Amino acid sequence: MTSPILSIRNLSVDIPTRQGTLRPVNGVSYDIAAGEILGVVGESGAGKSMAGNAVIGLLSPPAHISAGEIHLNGTRIDHLQGEAMRCLRGKEIGMVFQDPLTSLNPLLKIGDQLTETMLAHLDISQADARNRAVAALEEVGIPGASERVDSYPHEFSGGMRQRVVIALALCAEPSLIIADEPTTALDVSVQAQIIALLKRLCHERGTAVMLITHDMGVIAEAADRVAVMYAGRLAELGPVRDVLTRPCHPYTDGLMGSTPLASRGRARLHQIPGAMPRLDALPAGCAFGPRCPRVQDDCRQEPGPSIQDGAGRSACFHPLTSQGVT
Amino acid sequence: MALVSIRNLTRIFDVSKPWLNRLIERRSRALLTAVSDVSFEIEERSVYALVGESGSGKSTIGKMLVGLLGPSSGSVEIRGVDLARESDAKKIDDVRADIQMIFQDPFASLNPRWRVRNIIVEPVAARGGKTDGLAERLLEQVGLSARDAGKFPHEFSGGQRQRICIARALASEPKLIVCDEPTSALDVSVQAQVLNLMSDLKDEFGLTYLFISHDLTVVQHMADKIGVLYLGRLVEEADPDTLFDDPKHPYSQMLLAAAPQLGAFGREVPPPTGEIPDPINPPPGCAYNPRCSRATELCRTTRPELRDVRGVRVACHLVE
Repeated sequence: MTSPILSIRNLSVDIPTRQGTLRPVNGVSYDIAAGEILGVVGESGAGKSMAGNAVIGLLSPPAHISAGEIHLNGTRIDHLQGEAMRCLRGKEIGMVFQDPLTSLNPLLKIGDQLTETMLAHLDISQADARNRAVAALEEVGIPGASERVDSYPHEFSGGMRQRVVIALALCAEPSLIIADEPTTALDVSVQAQIIALLKRLCHERGTAVMLITHDMGVIAEAADRVAVMYAGRLAELGPVRDVLTRPCHPYTDGLMGSTPLASRGRARLHQIPGAMPRLDALPAGCAFGPRCPRVQDDCRQEPGPSIQDGAGRSACFHPLTSQGVT
Repeated sequence: MALVSIRNLTRIFDVSKPWLNRLIERRSRALLTAVSDVSFEIEERSVYALVGESGSGKSTIGKMLVGLLGPSSGSVEIRGVDLARESDAKKIDDVRADIQMIFQDPFASLNPRWRVRNIIVEPVAARGGKTDGLAERLLEQVGLSARDAGKFPHEFSGGQRQRICIARALASEPKLIVCDEPTSALDVSVQAQVLNLMSDLKDEFGLTYLFISHDLTVVQHMADKIGVLYLGRLVEEADPDTLFDDPKHPYSQMLLAAAPQLGAFGREVPPPTGEIPDPINPPPGCAYNPRCSRATELCRTTRPELRDVRGVRVACHLVE
């Protein structure tokens, strides 16, 4: 296997509070290879966005990386500060957020926002930058790009704005894109367009994509591998087909069971009892233990075995199927 | 007889700029047709689902049904009473008590300064009904504990708050509950809990739901009948199995193809083209014609009527 674009090792993020230290991300490890889309899925509060923000250095204090390492193209980046991190952001890592309106500056024409990003990171002239801005807009499928380059963000619809944001994330040709719920604010038909666009650009350019979402359907269609997070830990990591059709971790299994599916008809949905524990009241041992149908004594002692890279394993002492590579 | 019967319902919003601006900028009035000539019926003890993308008018229909908005034309009749035109206050009051609503955002729809007990009994207390022990009983019915009655909304998670909203909707013993995206703000596992609860309560109390959602899988799971809306118009109405196996309207076909599917690993399908047109200046003829690959001259000039085709109601010129 070629060396991965992004490699995260035992990453932990801490938030010190007066009541004690919370750990929204706890010992998470995963890699993303060039041209690969890694889906990071979990419910709200699972720490999936927090892990993404840690990679791009956007943790808002007092949250900070307390342990672990992040390597991008073989260079360690988790300890970078200020200016060094700013050079990396936009240049090496592009970011696409959930709400396309708030991630664009409403006072600047989109062409200016694109050229500004390119001039900051690439050694090119103003005229070159403008041509590339038009080309970037064409590439993400905005009709009439040469005129629309002088439009303001409010003149675009939600789906078109998200395309602009993707063009913005890609314009400095980063090796990694972090897409945090890129389609959650969009309609189904527009979501399909944006997912297809992300997939196409990622495979054409060999960009690594971290696709953070709560929508299993999106993961199934877009991702190559999937990481399931629960209460700050990785519950399961593997090729998307294996994880979704033959889940190892009882949490993944429960999640799949609670998703309404055409093939299941109108039968009662399987429900996971209870809710995700609060970070300040994590149960001892496996965080999923109190909700788990397969819980045994050892689950209450220690959190499950940690996941290291390979294929198709879960952080569970008593997985549903064998842990081996399938 | 159907519990709810909606006929030729239309709602137009005036979104013009103020009079002086219009005068200076020489603009005409801007009228947004949110719901246009929609007719359907909801049978008692059934779940009627409205699906559509944003701007399709599904929430506006829900609001007109409960009386939060008045129709511009057409009528909403509940048990034969038209709330907008009925003059007998007693009749209106009776019907009103039979309708409740559950909203999308459980954080915005509960008063943060009220205790859960007061929130839940309010629909009954407002009519001077007896409320002793009502909140406690309802809380247990929706899967919370009777002790929660003394707490405030901020002490609950999103799913628990939605349960409180459901308890409040049940308090006045309604026949019809309008659920406007009841699970969109919830996580999948919590959504499953709430959907199961809603199904159970429906059987237990003999409820009728108008279920408004953009999520096709949820709708398929819950509904007895589905109405697909596009730009304020009902384009297709069918039962879930027929709609999902054999969608007739090109828009329904596109919507079903675009929805992410759990089994569709690495699916490569050409994504749909175009977006919903501007509802202020809708295209002439069929609203879907600019995006439809099969559109003919007729589609661009004449609006198709909703007609019966093999047990399905569909508004398309091309369906035989």
